[in-house]
Amino acid sequence: MIDWKKILIPVSAIVILLLLWELLVWVMGWPDYKMASPSDLWPAFLRYQELFWLYGWQTLWRTVVGLGVAVVFGTLLGMIMGLSKVMNDALYPLLVGFNAIPKATVVPVIALMFVGQHDFNTILMAFMISFFPIAVSVAIGLSTLEPEYRDILRSLGASRMTVFWKIALPKTLPEFFGALKVAVTLAFIGTNLVEIITPHGRGLGHLFQSAQTNSDFPLMFAVLLALAALGIVLYYAVVALEYIFAGWAVRTAH
Amino acid sequence: MENLIDIKGVTHAYKTKAGPFPVLRDLNIAIPQHSFCAVVGPSGCGKSTLTRLIAGLMFPDQGEVWLHGELVKSPRKTVGMAFQNPVLLEWRTILQNVILPLEIVAPSMPKAQKEARAKELLALVGLEGFENKRPSELSGGMRQRASLCRALVHKPDIIILDEPFGALDAFTREDLWQTMHQLRAKEPFTALLITHDLRESVYLGDQVVVLSGRPATTQYVMQVDVPGPRPLEMLYEPETVERLAVLRREIQIAQGRAVA
Ligand SMILES: Nc1ncnc2c1ncn2[C@@H]1O[C@H](COP(=O)(O)OP(=O)(O)O)[C@@H](O)[C@H]1O
Ligand SMILES: [Mg+2]
Repeated sequence: MIDWKKILIPVSAIVILLLLWELLVWVMGWPDYKMASPSDLWPAFLRYQELFWLYGWQTLWRTVVGLGVAVVFGTLLGMIMGLSKVMNDALYPLLVGFNAIPKATVVPVIALMFVGQHDFNTILMAFMISFFPIAVSVAIGLSTLEPEYRDILRSLGASRMTVFWKIALPKTLPEFFGALKVAVTLAFIGTNLVEIITPHGRGLGHLFQSAQTNSDFPLMFAVLLALAALGIVLYYAVVALEYIFAGWAVRTAH
Repeated sequence: MENLIDIKGVTHAYKTKAGPFPVLRDLNIAIPQHSFCAVVGPSGCGKSTLTRLIAGLMFPDQGEVWLHGELVKSPRKTVGMAFQNPVLLEWRTILQNVILPLEIVAPSMPKAQKEARAKELLALVGLEGFENKRPSELSGGMRQRASLCRALVHKPDIIILDEPFGALDAFTREDLWQTMHQLRAKEPFTALLITHDLRESVYLGDQVVVLSGRPATTQYVMQVDVPGPRPLEMLYEPETVERLAVLRREIQIAQGRAVA
């Protein structure tokens, strides 16, 4: 049985919000070049529909690839830090320092280092901004494994690798997916950052930029909503993966 | 009878920043095959350290641990362990949890055979019908039963129990004590049980070893020559009461609250 209440409540909340927005613009009598209203968005979207699909796809795949690299790198880094106290002590301050650098300042640096490599730059930024939470969560998950969990297998002569695959890794999955939900949002921000800041870019960030240059408010807002939609899709894709690979943890939590 | 476990003059200290921290000193314990040894001692005296030495997870500074006529130099497949925390894996069903040691010890055993073995044990401890449940769906006592099955599934030479009933309520604990006797009657095993419950040690143990305060040494050994499976009524017999009085006094000495 579908729980209609579960769908109806959030949908009505969105509808009410849009209505209030429309009403506000109408009451204040704002013209298009000051503030767009929801009823302007759909025409703006239809007018540039092809660009939306093209740029949306670009933003999407660069985010996903950047996140993919972050998952691989972050997991490896987390494993190294989680399994070796020395490496943890050595790498943790470096990581924190790296993470503290505002990524907007890094964009021009990357753009200069890899001139014209737009796809590469975007993926690099998505990766750099998003691997931190993954590395930290995996490191913490591995280093806080209770000794008894290790001992049930170690006492049978199991190798460290076996203990890792059979116990440590699956036990870390809930934390990993918690971090992945943060990371996916960050990677998305990273992608858009590059797309907006660097000239002659592509992706939805670029569409937003050109709309801004032309003071096309309805288009800017349409892009914002498209970005929101894409962000939601990405987030729930992670939730779906979580349900597939760590469903046991989700079920226990409820 | 041959001793399955011989702990001879074991001395051990942890290396800490503040220097060596002596935990065991000239400890001696002998456990014959198929007999049940209960170990009691003050908290923090080194009981868990002892279990890790027997399991081959650590090695003593001095002295020797013999298992089945062999010096323990590494972990071995013939050991089963259970702890106060049942440490079941939430992403596995109860059945898959019990099978876990077989995956390490007998990777080539057919799946059906592994499952049959696990089911047989689960039925023995009264967990029939719970094979496909998740650990979180079971009560604390049931989880501990499953944990015992996991410790026994690969028919180890010795099972090492580190306060497995310590966190259970009194009624559940007595149930599990009886289950231990039933298990032993069905398939004999050698066991070393760490406990802080004197009644438990007398009810389950063929011998009760009292460890002194840290660094722990063998302070007192009591033989409990009552054949199993023992009825729960044994706990109220005058002989048991006497034994408990002796043990209580020994513990007080171990704690430094009474003099020998
Ligand atoms: N890895 C370790 N390093 C240093 N000290 C430890 C370590 N493990 C245990 N200890 C100390 O050794 C003593 C004995 O520990 P343990 O064997 O766990 O005692 P018990 O199980 O009897 O309570 C305790 O005081 C404990 O703090
Ligand atoms: Mg202990």
